[in-house]
Amino acid sequence: MTKIQPNIGVEYAENATIVSFTDEKILEEKDINSLQESIMSVIEQTERINLILDFSNVRFLSSAVLGLLIRTSKRIYEHDGRLRLCNIDPKIYEIFKITRLTKTFDIYKNVESAIKDLSQAK
Amino acid sequence: MEKSCYKLIMTSPTSYSIVVESKPSAIVSVFEQIQSKLVNNNFGKDDIFAVHLTLEEAFLNAVKHGNKMDPSKKIKVDYSIDADKIEISITDQGPGFQPEAVDDPRFGENLFKPGGRGLLLMNSYMDMVKFNEQGNSVSMVRYKEKPYLTKSLDQ
Repeated sequence: MTKIQPNIGVEYAENATIVSFTDEKILEEKDINSLQESIMSVIEQTERINLILDFSNVRFLSSAVLGLLIRTSKRIYEHDGRLRLCNIDPKIYEIFKITRLTKTFDIYKNVESAIKDLSQAK
Repeated sequence: MEKSCYKLIMTSPTSYSIVVESKPSAIVSVFEQIQSKLVNNNFGKDDIFAVHLTLEEAFLNAVKHGNKMDPSKKIKVDYSIDADKIEISITDQGPGFQPEAVDDPRFGENLFKPGGRGLLLMNSYMDMVKFNEQGNSVSMVRYKEKPYLTKSLDQ
């Protein structure tokens, strides 16, 4: 796994790039801005990227991170890529449900199921 | 002299007031103070998560939208905690806003906009959220989550 800054780790699997958040809490605006830069640079590096965002380390986030995810998904779709989220803690999943983002993001139980979905999708 | 044992039970709420710098990181120490008092009053993980989230959202709103990132301005946090509930007020030095004028981020095009979810989360995680008339101070209350019943009601 390649570590970019302290914020994300990047792994490459069959047909997907897996970005995992390394911080337990994602709150500070400077951290969110730095995350955004790191993720956008990963997206730019691969044509029509299949990106999996792995939340397994994350135990707390605020609505500012939801904004980051929306900006990320827009950028990916502009590049004809696909985005999957996975390993979301139940308390954080509740935030996605309240904000109805469960209807805009494809959320999977773990990395394996997200990879499987991407390999089956056309 | 015979020794007696007393267990101190605090029944009345204890109130605190803190004035902090208007910068996002200032909420960290405020939450740490509040968290230790929530733990002391036997609030559970769900309550602490909810208070943490709403405090972050309300404080960031005050810094960004209220005080417009002006470092010369301050933010006042008042809170009281007792065995049943926590009450928090956050007041900025901005001109205020009308919460009714904020679009619901769950519908239509708003679902795809990056911002505007803080107020929704505050309303969802607290039992009461009320703004003053000027709109520069928000008061929130959360009652302690009750433990699961171990027996059904008809037993």
